[in-house]
Amino acid sequence: MKIVKISGLVLLIVFVVVQFVPTSLNQSDVIPPTDIMKTYDVPKQVEAIFKTSCYDCHSNNTNYPWYNKVQPMAWLLEDHINKGKEELDFSDFGSYSKRRQKSKLKSIRSQIEDDEMPLSSYTLIHRDAKLSESDKVMVVEWVNKIIDSL
Amino acid sequence: MKKMKNLKKSMAVMLLLVGSFAYAQHDHSKMEKSHKMGEKKMMVNEGHDLKTEAILKDYFSLKNALVKDDAKMAAEAGSKLAISLKAFNMKTYTSEQQKELTDIIEDATEHAEHIAKSDIGHQREHFKTLSIDVTDMVTITGTKNTLYQQFCPMYDKGSAWLSSSNEVKNPYYGSKMVKCGKVQKEIN
Repeated sequence: MKIVKISGLVLLIVFVVVQFVPTSLNQSDVIPPTDIMKTYDVPKQVEAIFKTSCYDCHSNNTNYPWYNKVQPMAWLLEDHINKGKEELDFSDFGSYSKRRQKSKLKSIRSQIEDDEMPLSSYTLIHRDAKLSESDKVMVVEWVNKIIDSL
Repeated sequence: MKKMKNLKKSMAVMLLLVGSFAYAQHDHSKMEKSHKMGEKKMMVNEGHDLKTEAILKDYFSLKNALVKDDAKMAAEAGSKLAISLKAFNMKTYTSEQQKELTDIIEDATEHAEHIAKSDIGHQREHFKTLSIDVTDMVTITGTKNTLYQQFCPMYDKGSAWLSSSNEVKNPYYGSKMVKCGKVQKEIN
């Protein structure tokens, strides 16, 4: 019984201490010139879809949920966002080579068509990020247009 | 008694949190390790011709794995290919060629890395663009051996790949339609 109490206390202390470890926020007020919105002529509706459903993990500006205030959730989110941006960063899209842009657009198309993105674990909490069939068609049509122009 | 129950509950929650954090850290260290291994390989071989041939060799083992519908073998070939792509040395090329090659290698490496961790459907999608990259690379670097550019009109509105033999074995469909396609072009 004593052991249970002590280890509980230790965990509680760890939990409290861990709250003071800082994480850097992925947020920015400036839209860089390399942002896909500045690189290409993106229709308003497609822009809105990208911003609601993709930008949290694939740009330099995340709209954080409340639980980002609590560790270790903040770390998990930071890790997720870093991985997401490494894979595809819409804020940096214009700096990619044309070849890489084309590859990324193809992957965007295939991920959306196969319902792999946005992640279901993400849309579970962010209900508005879920793509409807017409959203998907709109994005895919635009992506195809850009691929053909490259 | 009630207090005890509460304590247990909060402990369980904390354990879960600590556990999930430890898992995230673990993932990180694994990534770092594989990165270091890639660097080490880079120091070993010299000579750009050899490096082009090494890339082609890994590309062909990847292609053969896809012909056999073997996702595991394709994944292994994908990681090998990523390493030989990173080892590519472009010093002997003109600055214009170097720029083109840098773009090609960067894009191809990303495809190879994805192939290393995807299911066979995605592996084939990436293989399509990877094949364009490798073909463009060979246009600049040349190669010792004769290559055959083959083409399947059915997969994704028509897709090409390279082979070291003129016999068609389709990497996009594997056993389903292994003979689908034709030789489009002989390189070298």
